[in-house]
Amino acid sequence: MKAANFDYARAATIDEACRLLASAKGDGKIIAGGQTLVPLLVMRLARPALLIDINRVAELQGIEVEEGAVTVKACTRQAVALGSAEIRAKAPLLAKALGFVGHVQTRNRGTVGGSLANADPSAEIGLASLVLEAEIVAWRKGSRRTIPIAEFFRGPMTTALEEDECLTAIRFPVWRGAGRIGTGFQELSPRRSDFALAAAAAQLALDDKGVCRRLSVGVGGIAGSPFRAERVAQRLVGTRLEAGDLAAALADLTDGIEIMSDIHGSADYRRRVAAALVARAIDEAKRYASAGKG
Amino acid sequence: MSEHKIALTVNGARREAEVPSRLTLVDFLRDVLALTGTHVGCEHGVCGACSILLDGRPVRACLMFAVQADGAEITTVEGLAPEPGTLDLLQDSFWETHALQCGFCTPGMLIAARGLLAETLTPSDEEIREAIGGNLCRCTGYKQIVDAIKLAAERMRQSNAAGGDRVDAD
Amino acid sequence: MSTPIEPGGKFRYIARKRRTKEDRRFIVGAGRYAADIALPGTLHVALVASPYPFARILSIDPRAALAAPGVKAVVTGDELERATGPLMSGLDIPKVKRYPLAVGLARYAGEWIAAVVAESRALAEDAAELVEVAYEPLAPVVDPEAALEPGAPAVHPDHGSNLLYRRKFVFGPVEEDFARAAHRLSFRARWNRSSTVPIETFGVTASWNPATQLLDVWASIQMPKFPDQIARALRIPGNAVRVHFDVDVGGSYGVKRGIKHSVLAGYLARKLGRPIRLIEDRLENMRGGDAHGPDRIFDMSVAFEENGIIRSLRIRALDDVGAHVGRAPLQLGKPIGAIVGPYRIGSVEYEAISVTTNKTPEEAVRGFGQSPTNFALETAVDRVARHLGMDRIALRRLNLIRHDEFPYTIPSGSTYDSGDYHAVLEKALAAAGYDELVRRRDAARAAGRPAGIGISCCLEPSGGNAAFEPLLNPKNETTTWMEVCGVKVDLNGAIVATMGTSSSGQGHETLAATAIGEILERDPDTIRVVHSDSLTALPSNSPVGSRMAIMLGGAAAGAAEKIKAAMIRIGAHNLGAAPDAVDYSGGDVVLRADPAKHLTWDRIVEIAHRKFHRLPPGLEPGLQAMHVWEVPTGGAMPGPDGRVQMYPCYAFEAHVVYAELDPVTGQVRLGRYAVGHDCGTMINPDIVHGMTYGGIAHGIGAALYERFHYDAAGQLLSGSFMDYLIPTAHEVPEIEIVDHCTPSPLTTFGQKGSGEAGYLGAPAAIASAVNDALAPLGAQIATLPMTLSALGEILAAAHAAIP
Repeated sequence: MKAANFDYARAATIDEACRLLASAKGDGKIIAGGQTLVPLLVMRLARPALLIDINRVAELQGIEVEEGAVTVKACTRQAVALGSAEIRAKAPLLAKALGFVGHVQTRNRGTVGGSLANADPSAEIGLASLVLEAEIVAWRKGSRRTIPIAEFFRGPMTTALEEDECLTAIRFPVWRGAGRIGTGFQELSPRRSDFALAAAAAQLALDDKGVCRRLSVGVGGIAGSPFRAERVAQRLVGTRLEAGDLAAALADLTDGIEIMSDIHGSADYRRRVAAALVARAIDEAKRYASAGKG
Repeated sequence: MSEHKIALTVNGARREAEVPSRLTLVDFLRDVLALTGTHVGCEHGVCGACSILLDGRPVRACLMFAVQADGAEITTVEGLAPEPGTLDLLQDSFWETHALQCGFCTPGMLIAARGLLAETLTPSDEEIREAIGGNLCRCTGYKQIVDAIKLAAERMRQSNAAGGDRVDAD
Repeated sequence: MSTPIEPGGKFRYIARKRRTKEDRRFIVGAGRYAADIALPGTLHVALVASPYPFARILSIDPRAALAAPGVKAVVTGDELERATGPLMSGLDIPKVKRYPLAVGLARYAGEWIAAVVAESRALAEDAAELVEVAYEPLAPVVDPEAALEPGAPAVHPDHGSNLLYRRKFVFGPVEEDFARAAHRLSFRARWNRSSTVPIETFGVTASWNPATQLLDVWASIQMPKFPDQIARALRIPGNAVRVHFDVDVGGSYGVKRGIKHSVLAGYLARKLGRPIRLIEDRLENMRGGDAHGPDRIFDMSVAFEENGIIRSLRIRALDDVGAHVGRAPLQLGKPIGAIVGPYRIGSVEYEAISVTTNKTPEEAVRGFGQSPTNFALETAVDRVARHLGMDRIALRRLNLIRHDEFPYTIPSGSTYDSGDYHAVLEKALAAAGYDELVRRRDAARAAGRPAGIGISCCLEPSGGNAAFEPLLNPKNETTTWMEVCGVKVDLNGAIVATMGTSSSGQGHETLAATAIGEILERDPDTIRVVHSDSLTALPSNSPVGSRMAIMLGGAAAGAAEKIKAAMIRIGAHNLGAAPDAVDYSGGDVVLRADPAKHLTWDRIVEIAHRKFHRLPPGLEPGLQAMHVWEVPTGGAMPGPDGRVQMYPCYAFEAHVVYAELDPVTGQVRLGRYAVGHDCGTMINPDIVHGMTYGGIAHGIGAALYERFHYDAAGQLLSGSFMDYLIPTAHEVPEIEIVDHCTPSPLTTFGQKGSGEAGYLGAPAAIASAVNDALAPLGAQIATLPMTLSALGEILAAAHAAIP
């Protein structure tokens, strides 16, 4: 399995990366960590004429904390993000989700931005970003735009990024003043760290009486893109998240969602499992919030 | 297709070469540098037989192109022993517990273990399994490998107290 | 941790802890695998594969490929059909022919249609995309039962049907036993297609030297009669092929036969005059490497009494070997040698049916059919217990052959040499803490978590008497299953032994050195064992059928005995005494009456090599011996009713495993896992234990995760490591092995074989655990692998059924 021929260019700046991408007129591909792109190249499922390496672009490295948000630059290695105290403090759901991503070796190379740009339906980072209502920062032709995550995923392996656009950072708003925060991440896969058949992510805040004041919850792995379960969240805010509350809220979790079916699981199986995982994720978040563990 | 000049450090030695852009790092190590200790098992980033240390951290060499490794510091299995003909404590521990049979996954396992032991000398069983969780073995069922890593950690803890971690060839 | 075994401490080196000498080169990355062989001028091969599961090949146009950079040749099946002989199969089916590349018809998706040879693998792949093949797609047949229906597309039209082999063996009064028994039950068990899938794919380098008329072959090989088959196919003399057995093989567990790869590479080497390297990439390996494993449907009937005694079995085993035939169909025959498992069952009817479909061909897999058969047998035993409301362990205790009944001859004609199945089972139960597991299980169930304990009692026939060859193909009158070892002591007194086959992790060098060291009373670490090539090699039947501990161990010991006898004669002669008046001690020969008078090892070696005048008359100079050993209890052809002695030695394993299922997702979590293992004397305990752990991991894969999944259109959906799921360190629980030793009376040290251990009993045990977990819900499963979604569906249906 040897890749088809391609030209290679190493960008030094975001600007250069975008120019190179534009010059390739649709036949260029950005390589960051390469953990998902290289298999496609060697299996000849992707055959770009030009590979643009952004691993050495300094502006794409780093984690920045500002008022109300933590920004992760696109080429931050997943391993670095996993070990980041800032992310653990400000975007705890992302920190938790990162522990489920791949293996030690893939995390040492794979990037946070790369996972999002790849848009695999079962990717944990995408799901956590969606639940955290992150914003994607992207550059093309010298100008910058922000894409709300709710508009970012368009389908399996498909995003709102233009052909000549480069994802440069992800901005995670920090939950403030909401109470005791807890996170839950539940994933079902045949083996540990396989592509998730279904995954659920939840971040919530409890007041000091144990009532849920804020909840964001989402499902990944079962449809073409991860989705937020907003109806579910609305029903559960103001409750104590007891089993009965959950059962009632989850009854129509997947209504209107087109669920995938493959050799690892039928649509029906995924539908059933998704509801159970959401309940478990919320339960996990509640336990963490109650114990003050975040 | 483009050809690129690269210069990198492999097992402590500076190496220079001109490589086609599509040549993977593992193929570069094996075919250009003749370091055949790193193995190719799947070429799509699952089996871990191609693991090497890149700037001290375990990565899959089949998922990188050689041109991307320009300026990097790489350690392969051939670079683990302190000197030719010797074994380090980790390698010797693998021998002691018989943590291998056919030997094909072994270089990758050693690299993964090295990465773990560089971070902690008191790894839990769970941490050991996580460290090698991305390395497939068909021969051993992993048990004797886990035993080897635990033994190596213990011996390295003791040796840190005593000083020195080399085992001479017998 | 494993419980160490000390068989009375009677051995000096055997059965004791010793580091495996092969490990030394692997831990520094100095193994020498097929892909490491680098000859100057080597050309590389890439394959063009059929996208269709069944199609007529209308034309192949290589012109664009030939014009691509670095390309030296494009070869098709037509050329090979003219220039080479067909590859061998294990059955008498002359109209089912096979060549390295497809001829006329593409018979499975992934079949190799053309081979492109170029200066590099990348260039060969570039050119392979340019080969233009015109196909006329045909309707494929994918289901083995549909393949047997009249009117089904014939995979091999000349053969006429898709039935490759069918025979019903009746051993004992089956009909009578079924009629008389109080109870009968029937069920179907399905072992879906998986395989051993070593981490190293198959690879071969072939180089033809016209000046010496010699074809050198380096391959990742585990195959009997490999050089012979290459020579035959290439139509060159047997001594024009030199296979280098000192290539390290990165795991095989049966499947690395690579005969089509090697014949292709050999042909190309002769045609192009340059070394040819063919290394399967993983996609080629999974789909086109012809290394799939058993794909089997068992229809089982059991006749049993009210008290649980099992009287008789009816087994119909249908195996789908895929589109081409090598040795794989014979995997229906080997289990006949242990067809009643470890139980005292008086009669058995066994119908073996081998079918061809438009799928990747099967190859020999670890156990050669025994693991699927054990799964079917143990499922039957568990079902009998459930039917009677009887404890599964008590039922087994009742039916297991007793220690005092050995040697025990089963209805199909094989005699089990020795064993104490009850003792091993007890050890496994004790190690597992069975009573505590029952409490844990019951508590989990009460808390709403399906939980179960799995039990399996399984045999590991060992020794490699492949009497199933003539059994399934009477025209193949082969009864010789020998092994040979040569040992010499050189002028310096150093010992070298040669073995004539490759190894793939079994530690044969250590095994042989230990056996020789035991006899000659010399440290095995000082004994070098080399793998010779096929010209200098002594004949070997290769490491199959768990035979090497028995056969190589026996041959090595036999050769060592001959050397020891010579040394005793030399020593006695030079001490002026009769051979029976001296003792051999640690390599020295000592006069029993006066121990001060002795000759040392070095002195005897010196005499042997240099002092002819001091040799006893009639003794040849030097110290070298070859020992040829036919498999014990072997050598006979099967009778007309199919009764024959197969493997000589029977190792035994008893598994006890705890499992919990997630009540919604069906995810299986294996907990406590204990296995009692008896393979007689273990020559090297670490090596045996290692293979057992690995075999269990392998069995976990077959039970829960691994499947070559085909869709209805004949496309393989799990053709990479992303979808073919091999257990990682997370999926294999802590395993405790407890050893037991009932020595074999047939072997030098009492050893039985053990390379297939763990894999033969684990799938049955895990299925037993899952079924125990499902039992309170009124559900059961008899299909492997028991995937997440399969169990999830079963649990959902079971819960829906609860009012």
